[in-house]
Amino acid sequence: MSHIIVEDLTKTFRVAERGDGPFGFLRRRKREVHALRSVSFSLREGELLGVIGPNGAGKSTTIKILCGILEPTSGRCEVGGLVPWRERIRHVARIGAVFGQRTQLWWDLPVADSFALLSDVYRVPPTEYRRAFDELVALLDLGRLLTTPVRQLSLGQRMRCEIAASMLHSPRVLFLDEPTIGLDAVAKLAVRDFVRVLNRDRGVTVILTTHDMHDVEALAERVIVIGHGQILADGTLASLRQNVLGERRLRIQFAEDVGDLAIPGTNLRQRSGRSVELSFDPRETPAHTLIAAIAARYDVEDVHVDEPPVDEVVARFYARHELEAR
Amino acid sequence: MNSLRLYGRYIATSIRSQRQYPTSLIMTSIGAFAATITDFIGIWALFARFRRLEGWGFGEVALLYGIVSVSFALADGLTRGFDVFGEQFVKTGDFDRLLVRPRSTVLQLLGYELRLTRIGRLGQGILAWGVGVHLSQMAGTATSWAILAFAVAGGIALFGGILLLQATLAFWTVESLELANTLTYGGVEAGQYPLDVYARWFRDFLVYVVPIGCISYFPVSVVLGRLPVMPYAFAPALGVAFLAVALRIWRFGVRRYTSTGS
Repeated sequence: MSHIIVEDLTKTFRVAERGDGPFGFLRRRKREVHALRSVSFSLREGELLGVIGPNGAGKSTTIKILCGILEPTSGRCEVGGLVPWRERIRHVARIGAVFGQRTQLWWDLPVADSFALLSDVYRVPPTEYRRAFDELVALLDLGRLLTTPVRQLSLGQRMRCEIAASMLHSPRVLFLDEPTIGLDAVAKLAVRDFVRVLNRDRGVTVILTTHDMHDVEALAERVIVIGHGQILADGTLASLRQNVLGERRLRIQFAEDVGDLAIPGTNLRQRSGRSVELSFDPRETPAHTLIAAIAARYDVEDVHVDEPPVDEVVARFYARHELEAR
Repeated sequence: MNSLRLYGRYIATSIRSQRQYPTSLIMTSIGAFAATITDFIGIWALFARFRRLEGWGFGEVALLYGIVSVSFALADGLTRGFDVFGEQFVKTGDFDRLLVRPRSTVLQLLGYELRLTRIGRLGQGILAWGVGVHLSQMAGTATSWAILAFAVAGGIALFGGILLLQATLAFWTVESLELANTLTYGGVEAGQYPLDVYARWFRDFLVYVVPIGCISYFPVSVVLGRLPVMPYAFAPALGVAFLAVALRIWRFGVRRYTSTGS
């Protein structure tokens, strides 16, 4: 049975705009903004879903509805059998939410104090809290941070604490809204590792929105692309790649000057001296045949086959759907 | 953990936060006391010149003034979360954070901060109250004190309600806060004088619409023996009723927020 069900979800905002002139605020015009148009998807328990899309595409609106913050204009939405906005208090007691840019910790207090207060907010029994606390501190290596006031933490340290804070009540579903925004490489890896542990080892269902395609590449077996308030793609990253930019890239370092290159089944992408980058379609020309053919004609020093970077795939996809990437 | 105990935890947390900046805490409290006591001295100066106002002397007015000031200081100190609601929660979107926690939004806002610096105004109010008890003809019985305690409770509810309404306004606009301030600070000012000095329509406004008269003028008149106990000693209940209405309107505002997201 699906754990999260979203069916035909529609959200229309009526935005008031000021009229012209000094008394414009008296003549407000209403304009309708369609944030979501008939969005449907479902998620099994323990799945990890990446949601990507440019700003204003409808990602946050979707997350807000799933978290019980927003009521949709129409459509159905259930998380673990509850309608989020109708049974808000019961629903939010069972989910965890991290909004990358907002803190849920008390700014002037040591991290441990925030954790203790949150455990009271979520009515976590003391023994269970102790267990969750010890586990999270060990997993996220928070030992040294616990006595530090939140305002003195670096962004990466704070984000580790934020995620721990959202897991103290052991929710079965975790919403992560841009959890790696602004983090350095080390902190990003720590966050990804932890999310992976939660999902794979603990079976926590995770919905992750991000602008960092490497998050998606590292974590999500399934990706939804939202644009113009609609789901434009829903599947694995590999299938998205296949659909959008299925080509491979072949970088060759020749040992000799090769003059004009004409290799059937490839396009020349870049060339500087003896190093050349070609693109080819692996379904028409398998990589090994191509490399064998080239090696038979030229003296080759090194070869490297690669997929186009995921950022490029997504950029291509956005362009195809006339989405404005930020 | 029940709501009351959680509130206690919130408040303990808030106090610990404020203790991080002890000098600021002490200076601001002293400043608030000095600023508000000046206002009270102004009233004394007024009565030193005119003696009586519509049959009320300085002692009686000091009693009124003390009740209103103490109520407002307590309400204002308890509801910092309402005060900053538009700026800190709606504009920034942090209200979402409150909505993803399994507790009532009002409880979470009440727990946001206990403003210790309001002890300055509280001190002024207690001083005025003491002056009033000393100089007026108040009957010093247990019943009188109970009536005044009830008046303060009603006053906290009333001012809490006004501040909650002010916060609720933020769901519609963040621009009209000045208007709401007129109601809070204007209300405090108006409640510090006997209703007798006002025109009929304004008196009715202060009794039936924003019942500040019910939490100050009526109970104080009762303890001064100017009005009968029944029903006037129970007038502060209207402050509680006002808060109940404000809570209903708040809930309406929250529903609007969750359907518009702004």
